[in-house]
Amino acid sequence: MRSVRQTYPFARPSELDSKDRIRLPVIIVGAGPVGMAMGLDLDRQGIRSVILDDDNKVSIGSRAILWSKRALEVLDRLGCSRRILDKGVTWNLGKIFFGDNKEPVYGFNVLEEEDQQFPGFINLQQYYLEEYLKDEIDTRELTEVRWENEVTAVDQTADGATVTVSTPQGEYKLDCDYVIAADGSHSPIRKMLGFDFGGETFQDHFLIADIKMKADFPTERWFWFDPPFNRGQSALLHKQPDDVWRLDFQLGWDIDREEELKPDNVSRRIRAMMGEDFEFEFEWVSIYTFQCRRMDSFVHNRVIFVGDAAHLVSPFGARGANSGLQDVDNLGWKLALILDGKAPPGLLESYDYERVTAAKENILNSTRATDFITPKSEISRVFRDAVLELARDFEFARRFVNSGRLSVACILDESGLNTQDRDSFNSKLVPGSPGVDAPVTINGEESWFLKSIGNEFTAVYFARDGEKAPRGAAGLEEDCIPVRTVVISGQNEAGAGLLGDHKGLLRQRLDGRPGTCYLFRPDQHLVARWREFDLQAVRDAVARATMQFTG
Amino acid sequence: MSQKLCTEPRILDQDDFYARLIALHEGLSSDESNSLNCKLILLMANHIGDREVLFEVLDVVRNYRPQQ
Repeated sequence: MRSVRQTYPFARPSELDSKDRIRLPVIIVGAGPVGMAMGLDLDRQGIRSVILDDDNKVSIGSRAILWSKRALEVLDRLGCSRRILDKGVTWNLGKIFFGDNKEPVYGFNVLEEEDQQFPGFINLQQYYLEEYLKDEIDTRELTEVRWENEVTAVDQTADGATVTVSTPQGEYKLDCDYVIAADGSHSPIRKMLGFDFGGETFQDHFLIADIKMKADFPTERWFWFDPPFNRGQSALLHKQPDDVWRLDFQLGWDIDREEELKPDNVSRRIRAMMGEDFEFEFEWVSIYTFQCRRMDSFVHNRVIFVGDAAHLVSPFGARGANSGLQDVDNLGWKLALILDGKAPPGLLESYDYERVTAAKENILNSTRATDFITPKSEISRVFRDAVLELARDFEFARRFVNSGRLSVACILDESGLNTQDRDSFNSKLVPGSPGVDAPVTINGEESWFLKSIGNEFTAVYFARDGEKAPRGAAGLEEDCIPVRTVVISGQNEAGAGLLGDHKGLLRQRLDGRPGTCYLFRPDQHLVARWREFDLQAVRDAVARATMQFTG
Repeated sequence: MSQKLCTEPRILDQDDFYARLIALHEGLSSDESNSLNCKLILLMANHIGDREVLFEVLDVVRNYRPQQ
């Protein structure tokens, strides 16, 4: 079995030797992918944070392996995408198998539109992502990770919180404005503060066997319903880097856990699936049950919950870590505006509303997938099998097949931060949608649209012929909450400082006829758009998106 | 109360359709018949397509109680 990949040394915190108490803007609890991404997001916003983790290493075992397009876009904004692209396994295609038939019932593509920087998914072991995030943190000034620093108490005051930290060399206290709990599904912080984590545990077991093997299967997601090698159950195959493959076997509820985990028994299963004379090594083996749970509210005064600490879903659909990264995306800029005194603390209510909505959507999708994979009644199984039989020949039936609705970006269309459309647009985007990517050029160099927006409010303006910038746009940069303007050239050749839309895809995807202006939030979600550039309308939309209107 | 679901007679030769429907199940086990019915429902539902009509159908059968 694989040993721990990367460990990090304990460093004696200076607080142990000093009577002075430091006050930090933010303390993040948990140095998993979500906690570390949170630190990096705040760092981009100029906010200092310390990340406390009770352990000294990146994750053991591959754990989360599917990183969705939207999560990759967030990681790109945080400066961590290059190594993921280099190391990760890209896939867009999935296949569904049913019963004894060796041929797939059908295949599908998870990427709806080509010409975007990121594919539908990249597979990469969680420990690699954690390593990359940690390395990126080490290049930043404002973020620090403290290993073997366990939070044992959180005391909230009127204007902040005090955190008690236990280390191998003693205990100390830290004061902060906000605590972000990114401490995972068992969240000690959530337990300490006594918050409910309501939902359900599903009566089923799954065996993950990550194995190392040389195999020439294509890089696709394969899912089996009721295969001969796991009768009456399901199975899943996924490729990871380093010739590691994830096999996931549904086991059912009545099992002997210890017996199932014995290497001989796991090997027997694997050989039944892959063939008798098949060579492999174990990388990580684990049996899990899963739960769909969430907190009623993710914000409790000065303690904010993100990732698995706040919400938990079944793994089908890759909606766990990917939604955690979208929590980070949503929270970072809001918290920064509040800490800078530019937005009222009430802006956090929009984090709560938007991400609770997303969690509900994820739990709903995850629960429905679970009910399709493990039918709860006889008639439910008959319907399921009828769908799978029809799916071989009928496109409509394929739509019913649910082996996990794979994570897509959450559309915040109900959010009160949006300014509703006055004009009409022929685009898939609505206020609340994340920006869509497209190839662009900057000073002749090829780039991607999403690299040009984000981290601050960005007005994207489609220039008329020969126009350099909309009138008054420069003043927006000087506002208390600045708005950067990105001008899309009206011609195929972009002049200096303008973004070129050389394939015309941005115009097409945003219905960007000349004069159109899109306003994106710092997390790249669309918040307002117009057919004319109107300085006051932009300012009003920013005010609405940051809850400046109290009346 | 029916909103969009048509419950007026629409099948011209209903005896013929009914006979064919029953004939479909001839010689099938109960499991096979169940499976066949499910496929019928799925195909017809997709043909209807309209979400309101489909939900109305579900409501009608959920609440339907034959008179004693």
